[in-house]
Amino acid sequence: MNSINELNQMKTDALKGFEVTEGSRVVVGMATCGISAGAKTVLEKLLEEKAARGLADVQIVPTGCVGMCTHEPIVEVFQPGKDKVTYIHMDPDRVSKVVSEHLIKGNPVLEYTLGEGENGKLKNLEDLQFYRKQKRVVLQNCGLINPEDINDYIAIDGYQALAKAVTKMTPKEVIDLMKASGLRGRGGAGFSTGMKWSFAAANEADQKYIVCNADEGDPGAFMDRSILEGDPHSVLEALAIGGYAIGATKGFIYVRAEYPVAVRRLQIAIAQAKEKGFLGKNIFGSGCDFDIEIRLGAGAFVCGEETALIASLEGKRGMSRNKPPFPANKGLWGKPTIINNVETLANVPKILLKGPEWFKSMGTEKSPGTKVFALGGKINNTGLVEVPMGITLREVIYDIGEDCLGGKAFKAVQTGGPSGGCITKENLDTPIDFDNLVAIGSMMGSGGMIVMDEDNCMVDIARFFLDFTVDESCGKCTPCREGTKRMLEILDKITAGKGTLEDLTILEELADNIKNTSLCALGQTAPNPVLSTIKHFRDEYEAHVVDKKCPSSVCKALLNYFITESCTGCTRCVRVCPTKAISGKVKERHVIDQDKCTKCGACMEACTFKAIIRK
Amino acid sequence: MQNDCGCNCNKTDDKRYAELKAYIDSVKNSQGITMGVLQEAQRIFGYLPLEVQKFISENIGVPIAELYGIATFYSQFAITPKGKHHIGVCLGTACYVRGAQKVMDKVVEELGVGVGETTKDGLFTIDATRCLGCCGLAPVMMIDDDVYGKLDSVDVIPGILEKYRV
Repeated sequence: MNSINELNQMKTDALKGFEVTEGSRVVVGMATCGISAGAKTVLEKLLEEKAARGLADVQIVPTGCVGMCTHEPIVEVFQPGKDKVTYIHMDPDRVSKVVSEHLIKGNPVLEYTLGEGENGKLKNLEDLQFYRKQKRVVLQNCGLINPEDINDYIAIDGYQALAKAVTKMTPKEVIDLMKASGLRGRGGAGFSTGMKWSFAAANEADQKYIVCNADEGDPGAFMDRSILEGDPHSVLEALAIGGYAIGATKGFIYVRAEYPVAVRRLQIAIAQAKEKGFLGKNIFGSGCDFDIEIRLGAGAFVCGEETALIASLEGKRGMSRNKPPFPANKGLWGKPTIINNVETLANVPKILLKGPEWFKSMGTEKSPGTKVFALGGKINNTGLVEVPMGITLREVIYDIGEDCLGGKAFKAVQTGGPSGGCITKENLDTPIDFDNLVAIGSMMGSGGMIVMDEDNCMVDIARFFLDFTVDESCGKCTPCREGTKRMLEILDKITAGKGTLEDLTILEELADNIKNTSLCALGQTAPNPVLSTIKHFRDEYEAHVVDKKCPSSVCKALLNYFITESCTGCTRCVRVCPTKAISGKVKERHVIDQDKCTKCGACMEACTFKAIIRK
Repeated sequence: MQNDCGCNCNKTDDKRYAELKAYIDSVKNSQGITMGVLQEAQRIFGYLPLEVQKFISENIGVPIAELYGIATFYSQFAITPKGKHHIGVCLGTACYVRGAQKVMDKVVEELGVGVGETTKDGLFTIDATRCLGCCGLAPVMMIDDDVYGKLDSVDVIPGILEKYRV
């Protein structure tokens, strides 16, 4: 790759393959979520039908995540001069019908689509309530391009930003532009990306590194995975731009081994970018070199913390260390190192091409741009959601998520994963940005957003997160290693019905100590889920310790099973009870011996008359 | 004759060691290769027995104590053999709030071993995984490469497990 002209020629050629001028382009959502729902068999069937029927003008393209998990597997058909047709919940049988009716005869199969809108046209995903308030910037290409074909990326202005940076701008100009855009790190802490880059740029060193942190560990967040699976080149391009800006010739992508699809697509993308000359020696004839290597994590949440990540990259146990020195001064193998999160990087090429003013036109003054959230839990529309900063939680949950599942009452939304907190309905009108979420006792985190309803016990949720941090604490510092363990023991005690009011005080004291004295962010934030649930749901904690009741009927030890008058005496429950705790005559109401009952719930599941209740 | 790993394998005859050696030779000149070598070893052998750790130690010059430290730190590495089928019940937050614990309890009950353990017949290993990334299908369980979603009723679990017993 020698010049921008060469890139532009490539783009012209690539557009010929990308734009549909004849026949059909059939796009199948093949991210992990799509594959889990059965997209692979759909893709195979499409390829099989294409071959069997000799459909030479039908192009079948795997793509990344379209965003709406509930409708997967999703197939979209693009034909010249016609509106796009979206098919949902596809399976091999449906594929056969779509091929014969739509691709061959030209009649879309209405019953597999989202139906007709008010204007009489077929509805697309964009017409759904789920998409109306979204603003897709980072996820723009996911679900549109083939992530395994670099030409698709080139066709939509891929690598133009890199060309611009290395041939028309100085490293300082790149950094100043990033500073002016106000982009803040999407990994959770929200530090200015331009500032961070300037620290490493200011250091003189024979070698510097830039690392993409793709160790997405929050259990319930998958934004980064979707970007890597759907648009891997945007991350490679951003790393090269960052490398140029700070003076690093080597980049690493530290990605979770649990993301095999993302890893494979990154490998393909790197090989293609090297072949085209976007990575390697003398990029765009600028004299700059840049290379990227993938390194796999091995299942340790703490490696999302930057000093632990560096230790892991060096081939050691992933344990964090004290800062300073900050990685920008002394990082990987003692050299200046910049670590950026996937979503942060995915914003970089777009900001470079469209300018800082464009970026600042979205979001709020202090948190410009958009943020991707993984909306999940007890909500109707689960999926990936990209919204401008400043949107309210209410809009995300009610307008985009369309309310809690099954009409249940909303209780709380959890953001920030194991480091964050719960937000209750009183704070739902808070505009989402880095600072506001901290002010209401939670945090942005990487973007997990889990909705909980009346059936979720908040003590149990706090226990769940603590269980996670105890498991994932690296063990280096005492407050985190021992403190979180003690907190978990107390929570176990409370959920087992053996807690006292004094335990709540001890929990709060411990939490305070752990927050103030832990070595890294993992320990410093680990008590947050407990503190925020105690703050907002003290009544639930008190019900557990004083009344020995779990108001949401979750904590097993605090529940009892009873047989109501609806019992017909069918004896089904007697037969399934493993401890022979149920007795009674045939055709008469049965009773459960509470001393023998182990609360397994088998009787309740077996009863066809809904005569067994739990309270 | 038994080796000190307790089995009858013979390193010189075992092609797996040659495969591992070839990998080590291919990366030997890079920095920070330890994790990659352990990952490759686990892929080849299925787990990291002491004998394999010794072999790696001799070949990359990292003390075995350090290797053992790494192998036991990261959850992905196993130092005991895994079952033929790997069951991963997602205990990510989205699955958890939708009842993943009930799924886990049922799997544990059916197989009679705990989380992280392998059944006596060597058929299944149960693991709790963190977010498989298909929250739309919550609660989710994975057996090998197959995904089972929307396990709202745990009654279907014995039937699913049965498919892997043949």
